[in-house]
Amino acid sequence: MVEFTPRTTDAIPPAEVPDVELYHPHSWWTTYVFSQDAKVIAIQYSSTAMAIGLVALVLSWLMRLQLAFPGTFDFITPEAYYQFVTMHGMIMVVYLLTALFLGGFGNYLIPLMVGARDMAFPYLNMLSYWIYLAAVLVLVASFFAPGGPTGAGWTLYPPQAILGGTPGGQQAGILIMLFSLILFIIGFTMGGLNYVVTVLQGRARGMTLMRMPLTVWGIFTATVMALLAFPALFVAAVMMLFDRLLGTSFFMPALVEMGEQLSYGGGSPILFQHLFWFFGHPEVYIVALPAFGIVSDLISTHARKNIFGYRMMVWAIVAIGALSFIVWAHHMYVSGMHPYFGFFFATTTLIIAVPTAIKVYNWVLTLWRGDIHLTIPMLFALAFIVTFVNGGLTGLFLGNVVVDVPLSDTMFVVAHFHMVMGVAPILVIFGAIYHWYPKITGRMLNEVMGHFHFWVTFIGAYLIFFPMHYVGLVGVPRRYPELGETAFIPESVHTLNEFITIAALVVGFAQLVFLFNLFWSLKNGREAGGNPWRATTLEWQTPTTPPPHGNWGDRLPVVYRWAYDYSVPGAPQDFIAQNDPWPNKPVVHR
Amino acid sequence: MSVVIVFILVIAGISLWWLSHQRLLSKPWLELGVDVIDGTPPSLMPTEKIGLGVFLAVVGCLFALFASAYFMRMELSDWQAMPLPGILWFNTLVLVLSSVALQIAVAASRREQIQTVRLALVTGGLTSLVFLAGQLVAWRQLNATGYLLNANPANSFFYLLTALHGLHIIGGIIGLGRTMAKAWAPAPRPRLPLSVELCAMYWHFLLFIWLAILVLFAGWAAGFVEICRQLLT
Amino acid sequence: MAIAIVLVLVVAGSVLFHVLSPWWFTPIASNWSYIDNTLVITFWITGIVFAAVVLFMAYCIWRFRHREGSKADYEPESGRLEGWLTVVTAIGVAALLAPGLYVWSQFVSVPDDATEVEVVAQQWQWSYRLPGADGKLGTSEARLISPENPLGVNPEDPAGQDDVIIEAADLHLPVDKPVKMLLRSIDVLHDFYVPEFRAKMDMVPGSVTYFWFTPIRTGTFEVLCAELCGIGHGFMRGIVMVDTEEDYQAWLQEQSTFAQLSGTEVGMADGGTKK
Repeated sequence: MVEFTPRTTDAIPPAEVPDVELYHPHSWWTTYVFSQDAKVIAIQYSSTAMAIGLVALVLSWLMRLQLAFPGTFDFITPEAYYQFVTMHGMIMVVYLLTALFLGGFGNYLIPLMVGARDMAFPYLNMLSYWIYLAAVLVLVASFFAPGGPTGAGWTLYPPQAILGGTPGGQQAGILIMLFSLILFIIGFTMGGLNYVVTVLQGRARGMTLMRMPLTVWGIFTATVMALLAFPALFVAAVMMLFDRLLGTSFFMPALVEMGEQLSYGGGSPILFQHLFWFFGHPEVYIVALPAFGIVSDLISTHARKNIFGYRMMVWAIVAIGALSFIVWAHHMYVSGMHPYFGFFFATTTLIIAVPTAIKVYNWVLTLWRGDIHLTIPMLFALAFIVTFVNGGLTGLFLGNVVVDVPLSDTMFVVAHFHMVMGVAPILVIFGAIYHWYPKITGRMLNEVMGHFHFWVTFIGAYLIFFPMHYVGLVGVPRRYPELGETAFIPESVHTLNEFITIAALVVGFAQLVFLFNLFWSLKNGREAGGNPWRATTLEWQTPTTPPPHGNWGDRLPVVYRWAYDYSVPGAPQDFIAQNDPWPNKPVVHR
Repeated sequence: MSVVIVFILVIAGISLWWLSHQRLLSKPWLELGVDVIDGTPPSLMPTEKIGLGVFLAVVGCLFALFASAYFMRMELSDWQAMPLPGILWFNTLVLVLSSVALQIAVAASRREQIQTVRLALVTGGLTSLVFLAGQLVAWRQLNATGYLLNANPANSFFYLLTALHGLHIIGGIIGLGRTMAKAWAPAPRPRLPLSVELCAMYWHFLLFIWLAILVLFAGWAAGFVEICRQLLT
Repeated sequence: MAIAIVLVLVVAGSVLFHVLSPWWFTPIASNWSYIDNTLVITFWITGIVFAAVVLFMAYCIWRFRHREGSKADYEPESGRLEGWLTVVTAIGVAALLAPGLYVWSQFVSVPDDATEVEVVAQQWQWSYRLPGADGKLGTSEARLISPENPLGVNPEDPAGQDDVIIEAADLHLPVDKPVKMLLRSIDVLHDFYVPEFRAKMDMVPGSVTYFWFTPIRTGTFEVLCAELCGIGHGFMRGIVMVDTEEDYQAWLQEQSTFAQLSGTEVGMADGGTKK
């Protein structure tokens, strides 16, 4: 054992400021509304993200109803359908998943897990949320703008995004969308600086990088990526605003719209696609890496076993983060870019499958000889692995340039990305909420509702998206409000579409049970105590639950060990908290 | 996208260098106790400085992306390079002065010569304002000679990049104002030196960005890229 | 426990669905059966991996579920196991990538004897242009587009005079002749998509993209747009008919050239005289 020796340096990292005075709430407003407490900000971020996510969920029902029963709903015109498609996609990817994983879980978990009192720049952190909220409100405003929201697809490809043939293209829709995105990016950057700097500077004594839980690694790496990737979206959005408002021709070539010569000339629509996907592909991993991290911790905790191959897991996260910046053009195999790019991007894309696969193996190997408690968080984690493996493997179809050619822009793509970056991360979000709810509120979520929610969501989502791949194999293109009379589409596909829609509605309504549970358990949930899952990481070791502003009372935690000391031979119980100086060196079995 | 790829590679290099000092190869389950890494707590550099550094990386990425877009757009046939108004050289000089002034402020604040600090901060602020005014004059001159924003993508890029750079300068001036408030506050001023240093760091970076923009528009960057391309092929 | 059973059912159900479902690629009508083969290889490899991972998980859940007094093993890592898994994965990935890249290299190298056919997309219809007797397409430009010249063919270019213009009508192709589809759009992005041909490519205003294929059977095939192009995207349909050589020639005789359509036969240069 290494002796505890008081450090003698003069400089005290901000995390170790003993002054709790900084952290007492001043008034009701600064405690609950304009709070600088990362935990309150986390809850604000999460609630806002879930609220706007509900809007996107309802939009998906409308889309599915239209696809299954075309012609039945008069108000779902093609315009409306494209507006639903666009808003559903943009909300889910940016305003829900990114905001929830980084703004929500990042804010709540980073300071607690690394043993800090708060984020490095609490004021900036608060500002980040309010700008995010403004971005969301601006986005919602587009539903009420003349012409409605943009219907350009979440990819917003020019020229159609800013032309009259697209809903909102020549009206306010696209402007509001771009403006909202710019706000989101500014707000996110403020938050992102906090997440990164807090991990760099705010760690408690003894919390080396290699002792951090994988959740922190995932969120940290994802934030670094997001800080570098979102500027690409910012650049694309600003340039598109110029094209739309000031008549520049960054992306706009000479073109004739509906028989009318427009004054644009010489621009390159492909340039936009490069910028967009330079953001868009890292974005996939910005959503995936926090999920990877969280699921590692869920599996380890509930299988009572250290995560298998921790070092490999860390390296894989870093490798995926770095590689994800050189694979973006695999979204553009059939975009008309130079065909030789296909060789390069197919290779990099398939290389990234290797570290990803290693992560999957290590999750599964953590189960091996574990002591598996099938709690609700664990069920969600297991379901994540199934859906993620499924979606990841279909990614090998689409990443492998030539196989992508017939499948691109079909329902196969829709099924793939929903499975891998829709269903899979959302299952992790659910698992994480069931896992950390007791810390946030002091009470457990109701288990009966939880089981119902889990089974309907997991099985239902699989029934939605697995068959959808085959709709795409038949050749059904995506973004079609109806298929009409198409010779190559057999009648049975329509039946399958109806089945998928019914499954989607059922899964959607199951989420209402979950929402009800969130509120119901606030009052009626079983009292959880400080560490109901008997977990090792620091957030479970706070002196009080829920943790107060400043997290740790008057003494910061000191870290003696890594985050995964479960079932250590000879230990008095099957977990040793990170701040527990239990003095025996663990014996390693080889 | 070559510029931004190079930028990302630089960031990746810095990150790897940093990670390589974090004992990523160690086996954490074998290590027990508090101070397992000798004397390397989280960095002793002030947190604010690290925060600003990360922010500048984001800003750098933003401008690198614009440069990438610039080069990709430049290859298309309708591109016509734009002459640079002479006043830009004057503006450059002013911005250099601004940076120098802030560097003097840093040195003075370390020696606690508060009068020099104040003088240097005011000089830095005023020269920045002059720079902004000079940029506006450049815009007017261009407009007057027919180089309109939407006449050619080269012009569009010029207005767009100078506008964004100017916005960053304005943001910096707000920060500088806060620093000045600290400098005029009654002693003791414990947080003044750090505040001045942050301003100087930001100004140097914006000067660097400005020089990069200038290089881009003067056409030297294209020449450099051409040489690199020939070397590669 | 239920989850272990469900995981087994997920694997079994997925495999059965794959085998029994009537939904599969449309019958191929081009030379790109290589693409189908690569896809089938991918299905095999990924299917095996999926089944193996999920079944192994199900076994672990069943075998190592929590029971009174049970305790997990302590095993931080195993360099050898992880190394092996990495190597095996890398081999699997290479096995997917190699045929993929090989077929892609064929996909992007157009044979010399391929005839050029131009597809021009606009919101929301398909038009076509064939090179005419001289075998060459004339130049074209978006700026020249007008009601009289819907495809923007350059009237100054002699090679363009005999180009066959098919505005918003069906395209016919001769069977067993390689064609290079030159893709052009006059307004927004579109994508010329015939599921039976497998090949497709976006059409980008301001540039000409292409793909090539050889139709291998006669028939009537539906053209769809596969890149979101505004509210009419889902209704932007067309027809390609693959004909025998005789039928094709008969059809071709009925089509009009650019010169005939624009009424400039007087000004026709060598493009017209070759006729």
